[in-house]
Amino acid sequence: MKTFVCIKRVPDTSEAEVKVDATGKDVDSSRFSFDINDADNYAVEEAVLIKEAKGGTVQVICMGPQDADVMIRMALAKGGDSAIRIDDPRINAVDPLKVAKVLAAVIKSQEFDLVLTGCMASDDGSMAVGVALAEELGVPHAAMVKKLEVEDGKVKAYRELEGGIAEVVEITLPAVITIQTGINEPRYAPIRGIREAQKKELKVLKIDDLGLAEDEVNAASSLVELQKLYIPEVVSRAEVIEGAPEEKAEIMATKLVKGGLL
Amino acid sequence: MGDVFVLAEHRQGVLRDVTLEMLTKASGLAEKLGGETVAVLIGSGVDSFAEKLTGYSDKVLFVDNPLFSDYNSEKYQKVLVELIKQYNPGLVMIGHTTQGVDLAPALAVEMNLPFVTDVIDLEFVEGKLQPVRQYYQGKVNANFVFKGEPPYLITFREATVEVTGPSRQGKVEKVESPLKEDIGYRKFIEYVEAEVGDVDITQSEILVAVGRGIKEEKNMALIEDLAKAIKADICGSRAATDAGWLPHDRQVGTSGKTVKPKLYIAIGISGAFQHLAGMKGAKTIVAINKDPDAPIFSVADFAIIDDLFKVLPKLTEKLKELRG
Repeated sequence: MKTFVCIKRVPDTSEAEVKVDATGKDVDSSRFSFDINDADNYAVEEAVLIKEAKGGTVQVICMGPQDADVMIRMALAKGGDSAIRIDDPRINAVDPLKVAKVLAAVIKSQEFDLVLTGCMASDDGSMAVGVALAEELGVPHAAMVKKLEVEDGKVKAYRELEGGIAEVVEITLPAVITIQTGINEPRYAPIRGIREAQKKELKVLKIDDLGLAEDEVNAASSLVELQKLYIPEVVSRAEVIEGAPEEKAEIMATKLVKGGLL
Repeated sequence: MGDVFVLAEHRQGVLRDVTLEMLTKASGLAEKLGGETVAVLIGSGVDSFAEKLTGYSDKVLFVDNPLFSDYNSEKYQKVLVELIKQYNPGLVMIGHTTQGVDLAPALAVEMNLPFVTDVIDLEFVEGKLQPVRQYYQGKVNANFVFKGEPPYLITFREATVEVTGPSRQGKVEKVESPLKEDIGYRKFIEYVEAEVGDVDITQSEILVAVGRGIKEEKNMALIEDLAKAIKADICGSRAATDAGWLPHDRQVGTSGKTVKPKLYIAIGISGAFQHLAGMKGAKTIVAINKDPDAPIFSVADFAIIDDLFKVLPKLTEKLKELRG
């Protein structure tokens, strides 16, 4: 099996305050901490599990700045063989269809059986790149997969639907599968793997290296344009409990019991 | 600009709610766009859905063929490409659901359509349509503009619109399937029902819900203590079940269970829209989270904005004391 896995570096904003910057079209990311996108981490693990079971190679692809090398090396330490990072400010990264076009350009020139991506990036939540990538490559796909069985020339993919139901589909390879979180238990990178990862190939490419012209992937070529970012007004009817932590706990407990909520 | 197409979503003999939500949204838009609201129904043995959709649309385009007895992205894509070419709508709406995200991006690429996903609203600014979506799990909103010519394609988030109607008398227009035979890189095999666990949280009266904020499995003891003190069942967000802190059948949200308890105490849950969709029907919601911007507070009745590790032990202790 020749597998590609696409990963993204994303900020952890679960507990961070997010502010729109002066341009009004981006956020101030100076105080964010970054990591590999959650679903992509599961995709890396799935790719490595397949390699361990069936043999073959795992190539890691990432579109992003040099800071993403930490996440790429980590994927290599877990079992990836080599990596390509596309770093080019001319790409309109806010448009998932342009990202898909760039990733397709990397993969197209090579032989492959399987491309894995996370099903969703936690920062933009577009859920579009993987399926768009399949169409760019002209291969079949399955999105939001929580169990994957690789057979001869095909895969059985269990797509996670609403309510926890799975839709099982059989797909002829080569194919693109978008991976849902929880499909496996991502490993920690072994110490030896981390050492070896430093020696593995990590190529940094520009769109010119991929045979893409600027006007195929830049903002002007996108059919949608980000107009403005803004912090939504949160309409909350919640009663905010005030005080020191212990006081809040006492007030809340009293409200629950005396208010007949329990 | 033209008609608004809404793809009817159905599965296992059920018309999904997102369909009527989108048609409700489309009805307001179609008028401004100078077109009609058109439901697009692809299936087999779903005549009753066609009938129902007439109450919410001006026209139902019904592709009725045994080829479509179950959803298949490849086949749906082929049909939609032909229908869009033939009818040239102004806007095409597909649910931002497990089905929609499996279908719409490929359709956008094949037809080179202006495309925005997970849209929560559509605004008119200076006569132009602006889809609104979110970033960073709901912390930032973004308005987009479409460039180029219609049709425009969006996926629309579930549970953002109150359904109104039925108030229309649309007509059903049967359309011959543009697809004549099976195409087969992707085959539907079967549905596998969700696993059934020891506790059915959809029936629980009191739920203590745990999220990523609890950080480690060993901290689950704090949750268990609280649950025991108030005879609650424990459930969680996707992060909690993915991490293995809870079995999968305890997950609340679109890909898990929809719960309606009397009391829901959300602990360390930020409140992704997928989670909110599964619990906002709870009668009373208490949320404990140290991030004041956490979307969970938008549905909470009581907000404790603080470190859960400082609040929880005292909360459990006081509840035990008050309840004797």
